[in-house]
Amino acid sequence: MKKHAERIYLALIFILLYAPIATLIVLSFNKSKTRSKWGGFTLKWYSSMFQNSSIMDALYTTLLIALLSAAAATLIGTMAAMGISSMNRRMKTICMSITNIPMLNADIVTGISLMLLFIALGAFGVKFGFGTVLTAHITFNIPYVILSVMPKLKQTNKSTYEAALDLGASPVQAFFKVVFPDILPGVLSGFLLAFTMSLDDFVITHFTKGPGLDTLSTKIYTEVKKGIKPEMYSLSTLLFLSVLLLLLLINLAPNAKKISAENKGNKK
Amino acid sequence: MSKKYFAAPYLVWAVGFIIIPLFMIVFYGFTDRSGAFTLENILAILSHEHAKALWLSILLSLVSTVICLVLAYPLAMILTKRNVNQHSFMVLLFILPMWMNFLLRTLAWQTLLEKNGVINAVLSFLHLPALEIINTPYAIVLGMVYNFLPFMVLPIYNVLAKIDPNVINAARDLGANGVQTFFRVIFPLSIPGVISGITMVFVPAMTTFVISTLLGGSKILLIGNVIEQEFTQGNNWHLGSGLSLVLMVFILISMAFVMKYDKDGEGAMF
Repeated sequence: MKKHAERIYLALIFILLYAPIATLIVLSFNKSKTRSKWGGFTLKWYSSMFQNSSIMDALYTTLLIALLSAAAATLIGTMAAMGISSMNRRMKTICMSITNIPMLNADIVTGISLMLLFIALGAFGVKFGFGTVLTAHITFNIPYVILSVMPKLKQTNKSTYEAALDLGASPVQAFFKVVFPDILPGVLSGFLLAFTMSLDDFVITHFTKGPGLDTLSTKIYTEVKKGIKPEMYSLSTLLFLSVLLLLLLINLAPNAKKISAENKGNKK
Repeated sequence: MSKKYFAAPYLVWAVGFIIIPLFMIVFYGFTDRSGAFTLENILAILSHEHAKALWLSILLSLVSTVICLVLAYPLAMILTKRNVNQHSFMVLLFILPMWMNFLLRTLAWQTLLEKNGVINAVLSFLHLPALEIINTPYAIVLGMVYNFLPFMVLPIYNVLAKIDPNVINAARDLGANGVQTFFRVIFPLSIPGVISGITMVFVPAMTTFVISTLLGGSKILLIGNVIEQEFTQGNNWHLGSGLSLVLMVFILISMAFVMKYDKDGEGAMF
């Protein structure tokens, strides 16, 4: 009885979480242009979205900013995590408090604080546009990388690095051959998290973008009043399903390996 | 060369793009257009219109936080009991919706909640009364709960998953019944996660302007909407900054709570 209640509860929560997503997927096949009426099944939005240059531009900008900001944040953040972990306790606390600011602060405050900074930097020739959005995204992405890498660094055994040095490796070799493989999972999940956060951000982009530039989020926000173009639904569905597929592959691959390894073991 | 200098680029970046921008808000908040010191931008929160928006924001975000906590705690307990040893898979299920754009996901609730929407079609099929909450504060609360529930579930789940089962067994051996075990052992151990979850929901809910715009029609103004309009339409950055400073008082109180109850970052999200 209790088991059933638990199952029903889980199901209800996941319906709550995934009902809007199912709705959007259904809307992407809707012949009617308004989202409140079902006009029959069509695939035309999936082909017309590629001809819509403003949507394709926004997609390109969104992906480019997500990729560049995640990469930059991963580099700066991983180095920062290594530096912070070798600091004394007091410096560590100060650095981690600074790192927590963008995580705990409200998006709107982060957004307007950067907007005011970029306005002030306007005196030095800084213009609102791709560069300001990219800077803002790197800023809010770094903490995610630091917080993913730090726990992995804590787990690594310091003496393996020293052993590598004793055995004649240069510090660079010792890092890439000994330390880096240990923290790699943290670095990767930090990158993935940063990429996702950048992709899903609206508020900070809203305040730091210039008039000519649009990401998918800001484009959707301006379309809200006029009505969302159905191509947006098909594009989002395509993005969502490709990520789902990718993540399933990543998650299933190690298991498959484990299972086949176990099978081999059994045969012996 | 000491390893700690690796943090130098980050610290330069953090000073330039985290610390200085925050001081920019303080500067704008305490000055007027001519650059003279003033408290007017802060005191503007007391005007009827702004105070009303702030009060509504606090009310709606508190209600959403309580609903999230009530929904998330049993959920986190069920998830830990299910012995899903793949921690990353659980996180994945809650992060996955983020790959569908946040604005579109929230907009989809319009389609679901509308007068002739999906939910009402189901309700009328079951001969139940129609639900008319779109463009009301109820829809905003729903939007907040929907968007921020994962931020409550994950910290609580992380803390619960770390509790040593021997501690619970010991409590049972010593004669505690299920209810006592929960209130005397499990719940106190999960406080860091609960506190972290509460701030992770309360802060974004209180400061949102998107959810109220998308689900509240255009008539309901939260404090986030007021600030956003000052920056994008009113062009009064000084007033907007002053109101943001008031907002930051609430954020700082939440941060202080987390620091006090979750010193070791046990209730961290990821």
